[in-house]
Amino acid sequence: MAKITYIAFDGTVFDIEARDGTTVMENAVRNAVPGIEAECGGACACATCHVYVDEAWVEATGEPEPMEEDMLDFAQDVQPNSRLSCQIRVKPELDGLIVRIPERQG
Amino acid sequence: MSETIEADVVIVGAGPVGLFAVFELGLLDVRCHLIDILDKPGGQCAELYPEKPIYDIPAFPIITGDGLTENLLAQIKPFDPTFHLGEMVNGIERLEDGTFRVTTDADKVFHTKVVVIAAGGGSFQPKRPPVPGIEGYEGKSVFYSVRKMEAFRDHDILIVGGGDSALDWTLNLQPIARSVTLMHRRDAFRAAPDSVNKMRALVDAGEMKLIFGQVTGLEGEDGHVSHAVITDNDDQEHRLPTTRLLPFFGLTMKLGPIANWGLNLHENLIKVDTEKFQTSEPGIFSIGDINWYPGKLKLILSGFHEAALMAQAAGRIVFPEKKILFQYTTSSTSLQKKLGVA
Repeated sequence: MAKITYIAFDGTVFDIEARDGTTVMENAVRNAVPGIEAECGGACACATCHVYVDEAWVEATGEPEPMEEDMLDFAQDVQPNSRLSCQIRVKPELDGLIVRIPERQG
Repeated sequence: MSETIEADVVIVGAGPVGLFAVFELGLLDVRCHLIDILDKPGGQCAELYPEKPIYDIPAFPIITGDGLTENLLAQIKPFDPTFHLGEMVNGIERLEDGTFRVTTDADKVFHTKVVVIAAGGGSFQPKRPPVPGIEGYEGKSVFYSVRKMEAFRDHDILIVGGGDSALDWTLNLQPIARSVTLMHRRDAFRAAPDSVNKMRALVDAGEMKLIFGQVTGLEGEDGHVSHAVITDNDDQEHRLPTTRLLPFFGLTMKLGPIANWGLNLHENLIKVDTEKFQTSEPGIFSIGDINWYPGKLKLILSGFHEAALMAQAAGRIVFPEKKILFQYTTSSTSLQKKLGVA
């Protein structure tokens, strides 16, 4: 298990206990965190689950794979700490992870 | 305005569920017209995940979006549907005799007995980059596709994106533009390597510019852009003379005109019954991801089931005199004749 903190665009904070092996996107959708649309359902095919990983967690979450980089081209207002949350798998090392949700997904 | 196309059934959306509806209606001798905003059949399977595997299609342990589309097209071939691609349905209007007039943004008019809305997540539309005030420039200086190249002649063109659309239009417009700048957020392109090489050669020859960054503002008046404000990857702002902006950020799904067709909705989905999958308007059916009923699951297989039941009800509207017999494709020679196998 790992605690993940989602900060919505309006500042609302959602603390969610996430099971290992699930994705950051799934946990957001299951808990109705606003702003994660995930149109394609987690196939890394749509760029509507875009999040900004808190600077302190960029190293722990790692670099996006080339396919994710390609999809990030379609995301809005991409920053160096941008990730697609369907591609971040929960693991014990990510306990405490903080992600921010952009103003809009597309 | 072109002449009216006479139809039994018009299906709005050519995704997997719309395609399978052609099969189920075809077994009942109903011929279909399909209209889709994409330039190819397959809907989300073709646009969002052509190469990604799907694991929950019955009897296919694994199949890609493209594979599913190809198989469905092969399955419905005997029923010879007519495709109207690259068109969006604008309006559905009920006529006095209970039939419908369906119009598209390509000025096509259909007269049909039944409408089936199988529009999935809505219509695919170009993504708008998050630039303040960009709406005010759309259609005059900002375009999401190139319909007429002449509208770009002698302009300072800024093209944004890293895929084939961005690269193709960079190469095609460069000879007629006053200047062309291609902007992408990183020095890696998804486009065909050959196009990327050609683009780099033009940059080396000083014929065009390539920059890495994002558009963060637009300056201009009355819908006419004069400068684009660009923030490069070192967070420096620049003003680039620009009179045409072409952003290529892919497509997103919007409900679009469906909201205006007078149907009862449930959170932007079309309410249907679970016997006929008919909407609040008799003769207008809705199947697949776009519909809603208690217990709805947005699965392709649910859409297939909905198509089968819808077809029974729609068949009765198209042929009110005819008695519909329930038959199996395994044993019915009449169905096998229709499928071209008997």
